[in-house]
Amino acid sequence: MSKKTEENNIIEKLSPLEIKIIPYLNLGFSEITKKSGLDEVSTLRALKFLETKGILKIRIREKKTIGLGTNGIYYKKTHLPERKLIILLESQNNIPLDEAKKLSKLTENEFKVSLGVLKSKVFIELKEGKITLIASKAELVKKYLEEQLIDSLPLEQDQLKAEQLHALENLKKRKDIVEIKTKQIIDFELTESGKQIAGKEIKSEFLEEVTTDLIKSWAKNKKFRKYDIQAKVPEIYGGKKHFVNQSIEYAKRIWLELGFKEMSGKLTETSFWNFDALFTPQDHPAREMHDTFFLKEVEGRLPEAKIVNKVRQSHESGISGSKGWNYKWKEKEAKKVILRTHTTCLSARTLGSIKPSDLPAKYFAIGKVFRNETLDWNHGFEFYQTEGIVIDENANLCHLLGYLKEFYQKMGFNKIKFRPSFFPYTEPSVEIEVFHPEKKIWVELGGAGIFRPEVTAPLLGKAVPVLAWGQGFDRIITDYYKIKDLREMYSNDLKNLRNKNFWIK
Amino acid sequence: MAKIKFPRKEAEKHFKLTAENVEKISMFGTPAELNDDFLEVEIFPNRPDLISLENFARAFKAFTGKSSGIKNYKINKPEKDFKVKIGSSVKEVRPFTACAIIKGLKFDDEKIKSVIDLQEKLHTTIGRNRKKVAIGIYPLEKIKLPIKYEARTSSDIKFIPLEMSQEINGLEILQRHPTGREYAHLLSDYKKFPVFVDSNNKILSMPPIINSNETGKITQETKDVFIECSGSDLEVLKKTLNIIVVTLSEMNGKIFAMELDYDKPLITPDLTPDKISVSLDNVNKLLGLELKEKDLSNLLPKMEYEYKNGKVSIPAWRSDILHEVDIIEDIAIAYGYESLIPKIHKVATIGEETKKSKIKTKISEILAGLGLIEISSYHLIKAEEAEKNKSSLIELEISKTDYKFLRNSLLIPNLRILSENKDNDYPQRLYEIGPIFSSDKRNKSETGLLETENLIISLTPGNFTEIKQILDYITKALRIKYTIKETAQKEFIDGRAAGILINDKIIGHIGEIHPETLISWNLRMPLAVMEISLEEIYNILSEN
Repeated sequence: MSKKTEENNIIEKLSPLEIKIIPYLNLGFSEITKKSGLDEVSTLRALKFLETKGILKIRIREKKTIGLGTNGIYYKKTHLPERKLIILLESQNNIPLDEAKKLSKLTENEFKVSLGVLKSKVFIELKEGKITLIASKAELVKKYLEEQLIDSLPLEQDQLKAEQLHALENLKKRKDIVEIKTKQIIDFELTESGKQIAGKEIKSEFLEEVTTDLIKSWAKNKKFRKYDIQAKVPEIYGGKKHFVNQSIEYAKRIWLELGFKEMSGKLTETSFWNFDALFTPQDHPAREMHDTFFLKEVEGRLPEAKIVNKVRQSHESGISGSKGWNYKWKEKEAKKVILRTHTTCLSARTLGSIKPSDLPAKYFAIGKVFRNETLDWNHGFEFYQTEGIVIDENANLCHLLGYLKEFYQKMGFNKIKFRPSFFPYTEPSVEIEVFHPEKKIWVELGGAGIFRPEVTAPLLGKAVPVLAWGQGFDRIITDYYKIKDLREMYSNDLKNLRNKNFWIK
Repeated sequence: MAKIKFPRKEAEKHFKLTAENVEKISMFGTPAELNDDFLEVEIFPNRPDLISLENFARAFKAFTGKSSGIKNYKINKPEKDFKVKIGSSVKEVRPFTACAIIKGLKFDDEKIKSVIDLQEKLHTTIGRNRKKVAIGIYPLEKIKLPIKYEARTSSDIKFIPLEMSQEINGLEILQRHPTGREYAHLLSDYKKFPVFVDSNNKILSMPPIINSNETGKITQETKDVFIECSGSDLEVLKKTLNIIVVTLSEMNGKIFAMELDYDKPLITPDLTPDKISVSLDNVNKLLGLELKEKDLSNLLPKMEYEYKNGKVSIPAWRSDILHEVDIIEDIAIAYGYESLIPKIHKVATIGEETKKSKIKTKISEILAGLGLIEISSYHLIKAEEAEKNKSSLIELEISKTDYKFLRNSLLIPNLRILSENKDNDYPQRLYEIGPIFSSDKRNKSETGLLETENLIISLTPGNFTEIKQILDYITKALRIKYTIKETAQKEFIDGRAAGILINDKIIGHIGEIHPETLISWNLRMPLAVMEISLEEIYNILSEN
């Protein structure tokens, strides 16, 4: 390409901002700003545009200016606290510490700092709780380094002498006496092609923006300035739902498509629905305070006597062919209010309210549950669970596996297996494991089973098979969002939320 | 749930630890991991009988078809003085015990350790941390039969407990001995404490706390042992004793029964199998299989049962068989979970989302459409945040983190999140929908608490006009009419805060946050907020 065409090519792409500064490119940054009539930000932007076009190279240096902070301004007007103390001691030497503090009218902190400063300068001596001025009069009259520095501010940091730097270090340790401002010094160097066009008055015959006037008076054969289409544009952020909620909406749709009705309920729950109705004995370890959040100073109410009595019976002596747990069941324990430890309490409530004419029926819920855990990369005290029940005389274990397989496949897990497990309220019980293709290991995702007759008989009035599951949901979605630390789920770091991928499935 | 580490060398004496076998162990219902030194298995709470390696190996061999049915262990009749006298004084404090004697053991360090391990694991699982069951094992050569089990006042209990060198009394054990302090709560309500005493009037132990250093420590020299399980549930005690005696029998010990003189005399241990009926129909119905009678006769012995004509005999060490379904699960395990084929359940039901859920999703869409970002915060707030709030809050009994209260507004988590984001790009326009908690003064709810769903929107930098524009936009979108009236609201600037009313009910607040509030949260940008309860809106929209 000849030099001329190269120049034309450049000129064709110049924006009005760039054209404005090209005549002054042989000058410095502040001169360009002044002569072009632009503000500093626009000048810098124009220079950056020219840099991407290979016309110049920008160099940015930092300059530090030391000025006075809010306390510094105040102390300059009055005195530094240690000077106030010196003035006091000059009139009343050798006085007890607390008296000196009171008379000097310094704050606790100022007084402490002053003592430290004066001691390090060997101006005072502390003995038997008394404070004594020991420096000579001549020494005391003279302004010491810190005072001198305060008087001479503002200064640029690279111009400071060694003793000034020392004083600066001391002052920096104290609150808001000095303030260091960093300023950018911008300067640039022209490239070969830059040197050719620098200083030229460029009259661009190219069109800029498309305006309503331009459209109205459009004439053929006019040309638009070419944009640098590769240039980076400023980032924008869109509004969006929280990423966990996006995936919950998707999971909800799966259950709805499979014909499930949604259950809803409260996060605070009585132990009765969370444990007793689910045949969890009252001395079960999960019912202890170090596993479950109990609430202070509240007591819950139990449901209708018919249900309570049957639940009591199922625990104490058994129901529907069961031997029961053989212990004395206590209402007081069942009335304790907790934060629900699983969404299975919603299933228990549904079984307690459903009518025989409603069967067969399928229900689901996705909701928060709570465990008294510490917070670390692998644990949290609240997380989501996805819950489901299928109530049908003809439902069986293979159907349960069928529902689970369907759900996990739709969530993106193709390799899935089941193994035996245990829960107090299901028998048979199942643990679901999915294969992690990167780590090449099987990962436990949660439990399922068929509710025991001891659960269904009291709530439904008779023992009907109820397929049931309630797996942690958060662990199902961590891979999709590339989350390694569970705390990230609810940390709400906006940078993270703004840049997080959308749930697209 | 107990994680048990079987030393790899010991386990390999019983079965090969191939990858295939380790997988089989998991499919037996005991998830397993193998490393260089240990086979680590997870024993679920329903199977304390699998905690000892000896029992586990026997059960697993049956599962793999190497043996089958219920192994027969011989129980020898009680010899002279193999008796335990039970005083009526124990009725109130720790009413029951089940006992046995085992002879002809050969202990080495490894075996002693595994017996102590078994004892400790049984304490924490089936024993509910010694409340339900506590186990004592004593060298027979150091004690003189028969034994007495009785309750005594503290001053009548004097012995040197394990890990101590001087004689102390009952109360001193609870106050000074480390194990005593740990379990003192199990006895502290009683005037008398239970003890086992031998015929020389030497105290063997004070259950469920500690054995005597003199008579309650097994060593390599010990050949014969006396075992007692004490607690509140005799059935559970018998099962626990059975687990221990068959384990020791597997270590080549001979089991001897003992006579216990309850009101109705009792001989323990008793390894007679329990029986339960199982119907083939119920099995096939629950599992979705088409098994035949002979399949049951094949599968049940793999789980150490015996089956004949609809009746299943259950080994006397199983404590988890409450119902036919427990047998059915074991049939499924014997059949192999990996052989169960997932099936589509052909039943017609109609899916339906709750109305609240639909409305909530719609509101969220409207707000995201305005360019707002949804946040999702914890339902719990920190103690120091609760203090700032100054209103009464629902407190947790015990929390392992700083989060100790239920939030009573979304504003607190919102301010925390804004302050954590103060170095991120502005403007920050956030929303959140979630429940808040308060006590139910009218006491209508089952829990005594009110839980209502709230919506919060915060704009920073933002002012009254901007936040009110959003309120207008949402209410117009949802076709809801609201009015507004000036209120003084803490956290907000006077004259720039208002209550929002629907149907003359205050549903929330809107306004500019006061600089003092901003400073206390370490925020430095102007902030406009609205927070409303969605309950009234749910009601109105559900009616339409």
